[in-house]
Amino acid sequence: MLINILITFLLITNIGAVASSRLTYCIKIVAAQGVVIGILPCIIYGEFALLPIVIAIFTITVKGIVFPLLLGWSLKTAQVAREVEPLVSYPFSIITAVLIFILSFWLGSRLSLPASFCGYLLVPVAFSTIMTGLFLIVSRVKALTQVLGYLIMENGIYAFGVALLREQPLLVELGVLLDMFVAVFVMGIAIFHISREFDHIDTHVLDNLSDRIPTDIRPTEET
Amino acid sequence: MKSVLLNIILALIAAPLLPGIINRVKAVFAGRKGQPLLQLYYDLHKLLKKSAVFSSATTFFFWVGPLAGFAVLAGSLLVVPQAQGKSLVQFPGDIILFVYLFGVMRFFAVVSAMDTGSSFEGMGASREIQFAVFAEPALFVGLVTLARKTANLSLSGIYSSFSWHDGTILMLVSAAFFIIFLAENSRLPVDDPNTHLELTMIHEVMVLDHSGPDLAIIFYSASLKLWILGSLVVGAIIPMHTGNIIFDELIFLSGIAALSLAVGIVESCMARLKLLKVPQLLIAGFALAMLALIFQIM
Repeated sequence: MLINILITFLLITNIGAVASSRLTYCIKIVAAQGVVIGILPCIIYGEFALLPIVIAIFTITVKGIVFPLLLGWSLKTAQVAREVEPLVSYPFSIITAVLIFILSFWLGSRLSLPASFCGYLLVPVAFSTIMTGLFLIVSRVKALTQVLGYLIMENGIYAFGVALLREQPLLVELGVLLDMFVAVFVMGIAIFHISREFDHIDTHVLDNLSDRIPTDIRPTEET
Repeated sequence: MKSVLLNIILALIAAPLLPGIINRVKAVFAGRKGQPLLQLYYDLHKLLKKSAVFSSATTFFFWVGPLAGFAVLAGSLLVVPQAQGKSLVQFPGDIILFVYLFGVMRFFAVVSAMDTGSSFEGMGASREIQFAVFAEPALFVGLVTLARKTANLSLSGIYSSFSWHDGTILMLVSAAFFIIFLAENSRLPVDDPNTHLELTMIHEVMVLDHSGPDLAIIFYSASLKLWILGSLVVGAIIPMHTGNIIFDELIFLSGIAALSLAVGIVESCMARLKLLKVPQLLIAGFALAMLALIFQIM
């Protein structure tokens, strides 16, 4: 019962992240999702040994506190408040999130996984979290939202691991967390540099850096 | 049977109290004293004593609109499950009747607004229909989910047979219903009931030309609609049936009161959404109902 509510909450945070245009709100949603992901293993296995609790505390600290602060800092330096023109409009994004969920239910039913500990729900929800993260990365323009998409995707992978493996070694957990920390840190710095260089954090303008000559400065034939 | 009749009589008598509660909550939040809880009763009394004024441009549809709307609403009051999840009339498939009774009511409101020939009222009518397009499927999907959950096709059958164990689905569906409840009753994130600037209003602008008893009927219907859709939400949030009439009635009534309290709090804390953002909210409601349906089917 409690597990199902947590999993549903995970799903609702996915939709919330896809539906909201305000970046501060998005960061808060992803932080809430990180906290839920953090307490998920403890609740699912119903055991409160030292190791799972240590991992949960680490996860919650990093995903629920450190990342939001870090992203909030880069938001402040980049001085953007909201995603203005996403490549996919918000109503359509919500519908896509629902479609992704249907797809991942289908996927989950096709996969023959070893017996899961937590009912039929967690695997499809983990899948849909992964795919929602990917969708957020490809459909948004601002670099910060793409970082959030990456975080959501990582949350999905973590949830998938929780659904399948009863115990992950502490070292692996901490390694993944450290990896993510470095990744988000680097991305935060990258956002800072992008915004200082271009006065905005729209990633599609980075296309101009390629070898292809931009159309607007290509010499015209009349001259 | 007795309890069902009691439900209906209570709804008819107490419905105008709900806007009073909402307004009082908003006043407290704003630090004002606020109008009396029974203000709507005084207003209705005052309006009923007046005579209606009809513009020479209006026809039959204008004066039949409020009456027909109220009649349709009274019809849906017979179907809607209240305390103990029971309703006076029930038959398999009355969920469809219920949803379309609201459609008919909306039709009459829109027709009588269009009949005045005022461009503002036409605009309000167009917005009302536009948002209904998004709200109606959400309501339907939510009801279908519950129907499948309980293997029952009548509203009261559905509402009297589920319990706390269906937690996740009930949570999602009641969230969706709450959004629909706010939208259908033209409450705040969708429509501001207090505004009197035609450009921003939806429901209020449609009734600008009505006066006297007609306006009283419209106000009364609006509060009754609040009660009816509210009992759908409350029934989904508190699926509790002790079997004792008095207890169940008390639970239901306090649920309705708590719902009005929640509406008041939402209205005090939120600003109205941009018109372009409203469909997004309603689609989010639809998505919640859809998730519940997927949970149920899988």
